[in-house]
Amino acid sequence: MDEISNKLQAFNCPVPLSQHDSILLGHGSGGTLTHELIKSLFQKHLGNEFLNAGNDGSVLPSCTGEKLVVSTDAHIVSPLFFPGGDIGRLAVCGTVNDVAMMGAHVDALTASFIIEEGLPISDLERIVASMTEACLEANVKIVAGDTKVTERGKSDGLFISTSGFGWLPSGRQISGDLAQPGDAVIISGSVGNHGVAIVQARGNLGFSSSVQSDVAPLNGMIAALLEAVPDVHVLRDPTRGGLTTTLVEIARQSGVSIELEESQIPIDQPVRSICEMLGLDPLYMANEGKLILILPNSSADRALEMLRSHKYGKGAALIGKVRENSSGKLWLRTALGTTRVLDMLSAEMLPRIC
Amino acid sequence: MTSPLPVDHRSPTLALRLAEEIKSIISQPWNIMEICGGQTHAIMQYGLDQLLPKGLRMIHGPGCPVCVTSLEAIENALALASNPQVILTSFGDMLRVPGASNDLLTSRSRGADVRVVYSPLEAVKIAQANPHKQVVFFAIGFETTAPAIAASIQHAHRNRIKNFSILPANVLVPPAMEAILDGENRLVNAFLAAGHVCAVMGFHEYLPIAKKYRCPIVVTGFEPVDLMSGILLAVRQLEEGRFEVENAYNRAVTQEGNLAAQALIKDVFEPVDRKWRGIGSIPLSGLGLKTSYIEFDAVSRFGLNPAPIPESPLCLAGKVLQGLINPPQCPAFGKACTPVNPLGAPMVSSEGACNAYYRYQKGS
Repeated sequence: MDEISNKLQAFNCPVPLSQHDSILLGHGSGGTLTHELIKSLFQKHLGNEFLNAGNDGSVLPSCTGEKLVVSTDAHIVSPLFFPGGDIGRLAVCGTVNDVAMMGAHVDALTASFIIEEGLPISDLERIVASMTEACLEANVKIVAGDTKVTERGKSDGLFISTSGFGWLPSGRQISGDLAQPGDAVIISGSVGNHGVAIVQARGNLGFSSSVQSDVAPLNGMIAALLEAVPDVHVLRDPTRGGLTTTLVEIARQSGVSIELEESQIPIDQPVRSICEMLGLDPLYMANEGKLILILPNSSADRALEMLRSHKYGKGAALIGKVRENSSGKLWLRTALGTTRVLDMLSAEMLPRIC
Repeated sequence: MTSPLPVDHRSPTLALRLAEEIKSIISQPWNIMEICGGQTHAIMQYGLDQLLPKGLRMIHGPGCPVCVTSLEAIENALALASNPQVILTSFGDMLRVPGASNDLLTSRSRGADVRVVYSPLEAVKIAQANPHKQVVFFAIGFETTAPAIAASIQHAHRNRIKNFSILPANVLVPPAMEAILDGENRLVNAFLAAGHVCAVMGFHEYLPIAKKYRCPIVVTGFEPVDLMSGILLAVRQLEEGRFEVENAYNRAVTQEGNLAAQALIKDVFEPVDRKWRGIGSIPLSGLGLKTSYIEFDAVSRFGLNPAPIPESPLCLAGKVLQGLINPPQCPAFGKACTPVNPLGAPMVSSEGACNAYYRYQKGS
């Protein structure tokens, strides 16, 4: 009898392995594997009083008299890791910056992860840890999250969608339609670095350089700026489509024209060289840690001084003026004194042939 | 011997001084054609046309590789892309150019395996990594892309890579210049020859053309100072009644050119008649594979033989490419034809004249 009992005890039903080194479809099942992933990875890094409560949503404290600002952004980037950052840092900074550009204090984020079956768990952990670091720097918390897993081949490694929430102090009005004739146009630093870092990280160029993505949370710098210089008209981050596309949007929204001085636009030499080699234009390349600031000319010097004192604004420069002209056009004055119109990009930029 | 002081080829002071000099020597109207689309874009980008005297007109030449690639060649590429056994590779700009039915980006969105490469050698690597697929490189471009394409053929030949081939569509500049000068209403008084092409080929080929057609040819680069120097030399020749080949890009170009690159081209390719989109067939203006490398020709490997295809009657790209009209003179410009919805290749390519005019809003 003992013998049989021993045999029976040895004959165990195989329990699914709980330690995995890559994402399985089951991690998206909503069952044990999902909970394990949430507990051992997401809560480990992102855990706080809101997330740890384990509810479907979070109740946020409100500030009387202030208005709620909401923004949302889906992040897809290939490769997931690139010089200067990764999709996790991008997903936090992108949404933090969008809320901050409204002039709001950013309080909380939500994050949804769409993960492809087979993604190494170590990669996911690096990305989530990087989000934590970005959240700490931006002083925000992720208060709700979701995880889904797609079959292999149905998505590209990992997509992260984040939403951001913040409070707008009463009386503050910052918007893309408030650029006024005579206003100064300022950029917080060199343009094109993120776009070039990504092009290069795709790895088939046959050369490498020191260019790093500028991905960074700008809410701290913006809060300090608005404290020192409250009369800001427009704040916008020139992400996809770059400096040009964002300024054309602002010119159209505000019904003005904007004139840029080409020689004043800061572009790092390696970015300029790589763009020239590939036939790309740095003025259209994405940035993830820069802001465009439009404000009365009389406040421009103070704003520049303020920005330059911050680590993400060291390269801030006055690059142009808003003009009284309802055309909604963006003009560039070249170093030769000639002018040309800059327009939005019609489609994705493709490298030239010779 | 001391080396010359480095010149800043973007120096505004120098470019403006050259503009003044051009103004001071010009006595009558002249038409100068810049061959290369890269030069057209630089002229627009820096606004150099705004610095030139009124009587001096820049005509934009056919030097845009995707613009002159024939509809039939594009249809061949589309047919290959739709073959599930084929991975079609090419340079980025080519993917957006509309053929008769479709473009390669659209066919990619419908499931075709179409990949952008920066170098034809990358296409060979793709072939090695995908031994069960046929990898075809859509070989477009002028003399500038030909050496690297020739090197990829040699590499595939040496390493017995059987699943790599090219769709040959390379074209040559000098026969096109002659075709333009032979045209019924010759507008062009002088040429700025394309600096990059000359860096490969040198400029000895141009000596008989300048003499035969009494047409100054100045080898010219792509920066503001390069372009203004090229224009100045061309105007000076015209004013003095000289018809010579001069080199305003000697930091990159010698009369002989890059002999190693020429040897590569000569080993793999031979001149063949080729159809230019919007212009028509020009004798010995293309590069075809020599018999010794004919196994790498996708046209014979896949039995491609498309019927001649008529161009859209709305698109006047042919006239633009020959310098007969400026892009805004085309009724479709900016209306039926935009970079988002191009009717013809010059609106697509970053080197196309219509695209340059649209992008820098020259028509408005």
